[in-house]
Amino acid sequence: MNSAEIAEEFKDVDFSQLERSLRHPRTFLSAALSCGTGIATVVACIPLFSVLVMLIWRGGKKLSLELFTALPPTAFEQGGGFGNAIVGTLVIVAIAALISIPVGVLTAVFLAEFGPDSRTASVARFCAKTLTGLPSILAGVFAYAAVVLATGSYSAPAGGVALSLLMLPTVILTAEEAMRMVPLRMKEAAIGMGCTKTQVAWKIVIPTAFPGILTGVMLAIARAAGETAPLLFTALFSNYWIFEEGQSQIMEPTASLAVFIYNFSGMPFENQIEMAWAASLVLVLMVLTINVSGQFISHRSKSV
Amino acid sequence: MAAKTSKAEFSDALSTSSISSPPSGSELVKDRVFRGLTQGFAWLTVGLVFYIVYEVGGKAMPAIQEHGLRFLTTTTWDLQKEQFGVLPEIWGTLYSSLLALLIGGFFGIAIAIFLTQDFLPPKMEWVFKNIVEMLAAIPSVVYGLWGIFVVIPMIRPAAGWVHEHLGWIPLFGTSLSGPGMLPAALVLSIMILPTVSAISRDSLSNVPGKLKEAAYGLGATRWEAIFGVILPTASTGIFGALVLGFGRALGETMALAMLVGNSNQMSISLFSPGNTLAALLANHFPEAGEKEEPVLMYAALVLLSITLLVNVFGALLLKQASSRLGARGGPK
Repeated sequence: MNSAEIAEEFKDVDFSQLERSLRHPRTFLSAALSCGTGIATVVACIPLFSVLVMLIWRGGKKLSLELFTALPPTAFEQGGGFGNAIVGTLVIVAIAALISIPVGVLTAVFLAEFGPDSRTASVARFCAKTLTGLPSILAGVFAYAAVVLATGSYSAPAGGVALSLLMLPTVILTAEEAMRMVPLRMKEAAIGMGCTKTQVAWKIVIPTAFPGILTGVMLAIARAAGETAPLLFTALFSNYWIFEEGQSQIMEPTASLAVFIYNFSGMPFENQIEMAWAASLVLVLMVLTINVSGQFISHRSKSV
Repeated sequence: MAAKTSKAEFSDALSTSSISSPPSGSELVKDRVFRGLTQGFAWLTVGLVFYIVYEVGGKAMPAIQEHGLRFLTTTTWDLQKEQFGVLPEIWGTLYSSLLALLIGGFFGIAIAIFLTQDFLPPKMEWVFKNIVEMLAAIPSVVYGLWGIFVVIPMIRPAAGWVHEHLGWIPLFGTSLSGPGMLPAALVLSIMILPTVSAISRDSLSNVPGKLKEAAYGLGATRWEAIFGVILPTASTGIFGALVLGFGRALGETMALAMLVGNSNQMSISLFSPGNTLAALLANHFPEAGEKEEPVLMYAALVLLSITLLVNVFGALLLKQASSRLGARGGPK
């Protein structure tokens, strides 16, 4: 059948009927719903912009070097800063990372390499997923019971343990995902050369999956850095430096940015509230920087 | 027989070759040890979940023995009389989370549909997807601060008007004096939005494209295809997303501790202050004495059981959803 014949065949068909008029209720409903979801999506973006604008507007004008070097102000004092809270956050998050990264990555090695289909793996995977849904405050309650009560004091390590609990599932699940992406042929080649599975894991799987693992770790760190609830009664808060005159008060209550914001947001003094906004700006910048660079790493490694 | 000899010769040749050699004894030992080590860490993760339950449950034991199930059904919280009940907190936890789920769920699913059904060019989809995911990166304490200074002043006039004119409806029965259920639920809904939309988006994009094409072929409009074919196919996954979002809302602490009002009362009104289990812990734990501590541990155990139940249910739903679509041979 050539095109002339086709034209002949369909010459009586009114093609205009195949087009939908917007006045038809079915088409109209469809278009309206499309607009509706579009509007909903745009509306959902408003809070983010509102938060960012407020942070820049109220936190930005307060920004100065003093914030990073001074100690928190007392009730009627003007000025001041949250240098100790920044140091405290870094110390607590570092402790959490030191605990959760080795445990998480080694667990992931087992899940991805040694026994992906074993009973152990399926139970461990399920537990990791369950831990993802653990409310952050319960991580704090646990660390309080397990560390604060045992050592007898609120401290940075207690806060670190609480945060490590929240980082662990993210590290495990993303690291496993990254290790599963390693091409089977590379592993087969190594085994063909006489490598043991351990050598394959260390020399092939972990280096190849490294960008993916790093991304997961950074996402976990970004999440942990912003957590407040687990620190409220593990690290508590302090108005002093954690390292002073060569001495570390690591087993003492430790300040953190998140708890600083919480404490200062409820105060009836203008200066303190402005400080809470400035600290929020710093915290959000910190979290977003870690987050975005983590995603950048995984994006780069995928495109290579 | 001949094959065996040649195999032996072959392995002989291999062991003397410089290119590769079978693992030596010490390497095999290292392999065993390392395998055992990683398996140990895997069990450590499992043990951790049980250790959390054990530790919190153990510290709560004195309170459980003293207050029993009355703890869940009474409403007083009096340190002097040593009477403790968390019914208002349980109510507040469920009520605020349900409200948040209603708002966040609606927007989350709408976004998921909008970003998976080819409404936008892929670049724009990517931009919106990242904006919504960035919502998850903002720490909850910052949302709390934003809620106090932006959301509450913004909704207060509207809430006052609604209360004045529609006050006879129990939902608007009290006036909004500041912190309350509605601002808390609004902020909470923003916080669960990324969870709901990301998981729904996954399950929507797992729906085989052919189903949609077939619906179009039968003359369905875009939305008839979405409601008639795509949403039902992805429904288990979307339901799982909602359940996980609900679980997240149940455990969320800071935004609620700052916005819900911390008042020990039960009310259906959107504008009245309330309390949640997580907020109760955040507010009372730092200065809890010896009397209050086991009671708070008990409250933590209640919260732990509720969230674990909800989360396990959600995870099972998602597992079922992915295996169902997998069995149908849909493209990943």
